[in-house]
Amino acid sequence: MTLAAEIRQGDRRALARGLTLVENGDPAAAALLADVGTASRAHRIGITGPPGAGKSTLVSALTALWRGDDRSVGVLAVDPSSPFTGGALLGDRVRMLTHSGDEGVFIRSLASRGALGGLSAAIYDAADLLDAAGFDPVLVETVGVGQGEVEICRVADTTVVVLAPGAGDVVQGMKAGLVEAADVLVVNQADREGADALVAALRSAAELRDAPAPPILETTATTGAGVDELRQLLDARVGDAEGESLRARRLERAHARLRAAVDRARAHRYWAAREDALARAAEAVAAGDTTPAAAVRDLLEGDA
Amino acid sequence: MTDAPSLPIRILVAKAGLDGHDRGAKVVAAALRDAGFEVIYTGLRQTPEMIVDAALQEDVDAIGVSLHSGAHMTLFPQIIELLKARGGEQILLTGGGIIPADDARKLQEMGVGSLFGPGTPLAELVEYIRTEVAARRERGNSTASP
Repeated sequence: MTLAAEIRQGDRRALARGLTLVENGDPAAAALLADVGTASRAHRIGITGPPGAGKSTLVSALTALWRGDDRSVGVLAVDPSSPFTGGALLGDRVRMLTHSGDEGVFIRSLASRGALGGLSAAIYDAADLLDAAGFDPVLVETVGVGQGEVEICRVADTTVVVLAPGAGDVVQGMKAGLVEAADVLVVNQADREGADALVAALRSAAELRDAPAPPILETTATTGAGVDELRQLLDARVGDAEGESLRARRLERAHARLRAAVDRARAHRYWAAREDALARAAEAVAAGDTTPAAAVRDLLEGDA
Repeated sequence: MTDAPSLPIRILVAKAGLDGHDRGAKVVAAALRDAGFEVIYTGLRQTPEMIVDAALQEDVDAIGVSLHSGAHMTLFPQIIELLKARGGEQILLTGGGIIPADDARKLQEMGVGSLFGPGTPLAELVEYIRTEVAARRERGNSTASP
């Protein structure tokens, strides 16, 4: 049996190996992804927000509720790679230990490996494999992010931005990027002082915008308070009422994904054929013999 | 970037048994990260089932278990058995703690890798894992069927 067929049948070891292939950009990954099929059935939910807001704990609490409905849940948890050593400490599983041994939950930790936006370059493909293996929903937890890292919107059907009280200044700065990216805003750690003030601040920030305000929910992931409301709201988005906006989002996602993949492939081919020209141009620019703009023009000359 | 290393080594670091502090495991996890490894840290009081379950989902090259409870002659063999039963026999199982040389030898006969006592220089641990994982990847590539 092929690896793709094993993954579709829910073989967890095959899924783990497939995830490694896509994460490593292995030559076998393209064939695997083509084989595994295209159907996008799972609701892909992005969970993002600043470090310490409680993203992992919330993912764990949501997962427990979906398991109660007998739904299989896939989790991709991204943590940052060191730009210096390439090493990474992936610690999200610590908050998800209650799901250990549950065949209906699959958790994979990914290092960002230099990708921007709090994600990993393999995230689209990894989500496809979990989808093909029958997990629905698929949750993607990003690196703890600050301002403007909104790549998750291009991966997820639904983006949940998780914030916590006691970070007032942070939220000021984040209004522009992250909060606009949210389909759902969650104020977690709602049992802490300042939660209501944060909700009020988010509400007034949302009113200033020219777009419909996203729902704002309060949760306490450690006790489970408010998490069921969040789960119901997320499930409702795949129901009939929100089906249209979800379809629009998927179209947008397909656009962004294809463009990114073609850009990557073209850049790879382009530079593979021009390593020497690049080296010569770089020397000329560094020595002051030519300007960067002129060097770029020369490099691009004759390129369609 | 010219001498880009091969794919990062993925290792699961777990604290097994019932004793409740994981400072040592955290120090090792940080050292391995700084050596360029992708370290999946799973925290305290991990059972063999939890360790193997996580290791297989994460498709790691190696498992490092920190263990000070004296239960090494039970826990390490259980992990090895589970790995064999569930298709993870190529994963290196190593670790550290206070383990008498006699016990370490017996465990190695069962398929456990080298075990390291307190005070082992971290560089030695890093070098051992690098060498051992490289050898296992080499073997895996030569026997893998597409």
